[in-house]
Amino acid sequence: MNRSDEPGLEPRRRIQFAFTEEQEQFRSTLRRFLTDRSPTTEVRRLMATDQGYDETVWRQLTEELGLPGIHIPEQFGGAGFGMVELCIVTEELGRALLCAPYFSTAVLGANAILNAGTDAQKSALLPKIANGSCLATLAITEPAGDWDPAAVRTIAIADGGGYRLDGTKSFVVDGHIADLLVTAARLPDSVGRQGVALFVVQANSDGVQRRLLQSIDPTRKIARIEFQQAYASLLGNLSDGANAITRTLDQAAIALANEMVGGAQTMLESAVSYAKLRVQFGRPIGSFQAIKHKLADMLLEVELAKSAAYYAAQAAAIDDPEWPALACLAKASASEAYLHAAAECIQIHGGIGFTWDNDTHLWFKRAKSSEVFLGSPNYHRELLMQRWGV
Amino acid sequence: MSDLTEAEVRAEVRQWLAENWDPDMPLVEWRSKLADSGWGMPQWPKEWYGRGLPHALARVVEEEMANVGAVGVARSGVRLLAAATLLEHGSDLQKKKFLRRILTGEDTWCQFFSEPGSGSDLAGATTRAELKGDFWIINGQKVWTTSAHHADYGLLLARTDWDVPKHEGLSYFIIEVKQPGVEVRQLKQMNGYASFNQVFFTDAKVPQENLVGRVGEGWKIALTTLAHERRLADGLQPTPLKRGARVGRIHAEERIETEKANEPYKWYPQRAGRVDLIIERAKETGANKDPYVRQEIAKLMILAKSAEWTARRARAAQQQGRPQGPEGSLGKLAASHVARGCSRVHTLITGTAAMLSGPESPRNGIIAEILLSVPAVSIAGGTDEIQRNIIAERVLGLPKEPRFDTGPFRNVRRN
Ligand SMILES: Cc1cc2nc3c(=O)[nH]c(=O)nc-3n(C[C@H](O)[C@H](O)[C@H](O)COP(=O)(O)OP(=O)(O)OC[C@H]3O[C@@H](n4cnc5c(N)ncnc54)[C@H](O)[C@@H]3O)c2cc1C
Repeated sequence: MNRSDEPGLEPRRRIQFAFTEEQEQFRSTLRRFLTDRSPTTEVRRLMATDQGYDETVWRQLTEELGLPGIHIPEQFGGAGFGMVELCIVTEELGRALLCAPYFSTAVLGANAILNAGTDAQKSALLPKIANGSCLATLAITEPAGDWDPAAVRTIAIADGGGYRLDGTKSFVVDGHIADLLVTAARLPDSVGRQGVALFVVQANSDGVQRRLLQSIDPTRKIARIEFQQAYASLLGNLSDGANAITRTLDQAAIALANEMVGGAQTMLESAVSYAKLRVQFGRPIGSFQAIKHKLADMLLEVELAKSAAYYAAQAAAIDDPEWPALACLAKASASEAYLHAAAECIQIHGGIGFTWDNDTHLWFKRAKSSEVFLGSPNYHRELLMQRWGV
Repeated sequence: MSDLTEAEVRAEVRQWLAENWDPDMPLVEWRSKLADSGWGMPQWPKEWYGRGLPHALARVVEEEMANVGAVGVARSGVRLLAAATLLEHGSDLQKKKFLRRILTGEDTWCQFFSEPGSGSDLAGATTRAELKGDFWIINGQKVWTTSAHHADYGLLLARTDWDVPKHEGLSYFIIEVKQPGVEVRQLKQMNGYASFNQVFFTDAKVPQENLVGRVGEGWKIALTTLAHERRLADGLQPTPLKRGARVGRIHAEERIETEKANEPYKWYPQRAGRVDLIIERAKETGANKDPYVRQEIAKLMILAKSAEWTARRARAAQQQGRPQGPEGSLGKLAASHVARGCSRVHTLITGTAAMLSGPESPRNGIIAEILLSVPAVSIAGGTDEIQRNIIAERVLGLPKEPRFDTGPFRNVRRN
């Protein structure tokens, strides 16, 4: 048993296996909002644009629901909730496949600043993220596609009070529209995790070139960014950069796991309702055991992945020492459950499931790209073993 | 069956090629010669554009043609399914009218079987055919019809009797696609291509002589077409026999024709998973150094090789005229497993770059296309679930599923 499962601990320090009344209410408000503002007609409209999101909806989800700052402490302009609430948001967004720069801004950008920044930097940067006026993202991965801070090759050279960055980032979520690029770079001649730090770059600075990449999942935009002598300021300090990156990526893996189980749930529900509706051989296809068993297995996989995603969010929220390992566990589990649910949803729809006009492929593509985003399941399984000391 | 030896066949075809093959001849003229001489489809019966040779000797003919670089008969699309069906069930008039132009490539064919309401349950078709005067009048809708936008003729399954059980009320027709009562609308797929179509029939006409077999025999005849389709879906790639020089007008014509005919099928190699790329990709990305990836590649290759050899056993049995064993029904299902395995392992090898698509993505978009096309394999040409039912009931002899669709079709529950 986990230390934090122990009954003796005060409730706020214990893993909760049920959401509170308030959390459930928040979820249903959010779900209503998304049903209304993000029907698949909107998803399709926005995924076809380069910008990739609707500014009015972004403003509404900030003003009406405070989503970008949900986990940002009140002193920095946020709502003051934590990882659990952030993950409720990503789960619902994954379920509805909302096209918005939320993962980039709130999950990656804001958490990086929270993990690495000084109080002064947090006060300067976070309120604008919380009020929706600043879009942020995290640029770590380079064209080789590694999610490990030790693999960073972009160089930061001290210049006056700041730094100049040189290097190329890729797979940067919403990198083409973000205002603020929290970027990982290393000092010259450093190796491994040593000398890696986070820097803040204003996206419109000289020496920053950004290009939207064509991606398999048009609902989540990714960009390539070239830095040539781009001006940057150090976020936090030089000694703890790699740890802040790892912490941010672990939190992101948990948020992504929750997003994925939201998507997997949509796939399950869609498959179940189609199986009840579609008639072949004079009976609903859901009456065939081949289909029933598939759906029962899907439910099992989705629920297992949900349990892992929820548990990891709870563990991170109370800073259980095991939470980084659980981030890997949850990401690996959710990746496989989501992809399988989406593939089976297509299969159960038959020919229509392979068409563009049917919505299933929108989630399938998100599942496929999320499988490798932030590291593939085998990467996370290996990391899990390492973190468990196996 | 002929009693010719391999050497005799070789000598005969060589001589014929020496006298007839001319790379500057128009393509259709050459293919007409192939059809009329029987050398284009030597395994077909003598009276119908073939020479009645066993499969092993037909292979010898192919080799000789390849040696001089001669172009073969047209084979793309469903034309050979149409031919196989007509050879078995068509009238002499139909064979005469259609087979030759199938081989010369003058006519292109498609298959009007699936409907919005009946895919797995093909016998539940509700497109109706009613005899009025000399014509069958067709009304209804087909869907997923690959290549209908290019086709001249379609194999059509339609209902002629609503008061008998569903399998008995169907008839099989050859319908001309380019006529006022047939409207073809392309359907876009999740991988961005549009190779299949929705097809609407509004008082479309089929002359009486284009009924294949007798009224009410449609289901039995459709099964012939489907059996050939499943056999061709076993994942076996025909060994390309391209030796000889490939210059001359006829090759240019053939390339253009092939490109057009293959347009809807461009992504088909990707939907099968591209197992051929796995090891190359592992080497070029360095993933071959990862022990876990090595295991996964090996597992996939074991599956793919075993599936290929299973298909070869089936084909060999057939070529020797022996009944196929269970291996015959398993090919399509095995091909689905291989394709899904490929999608998984390609992702594993490609890593984060699997998020990309288009020209900047690995292998110029081919990897992304694999990931987005593989889901079709387990649906097209009969789903995996239907293959398993066939294997369980027909190969293993398990008790049949209780039926809910007996009695007059009019009363059967449908969408
Ligand atoms: C790329 C592609 C190309 C195609 N080309 C053609 C073409 O050229 N011509 C043509 O006529 N058709 C074509 N098809 C159609 C294809 O044959 C059908 O899509 C397929 O047979 C399934 O039918 P359906 O789509 O109606 O699905 P449904 O039959 O509605 O099946 C839905 C789900 O129910 C399951 N199911 C149905 N019955 C049973 C059962 N008894 N037991 C267990 N599970 C069951 C299926 O397996 C599937 O998972 C093509 C399809 C694709 C994807």
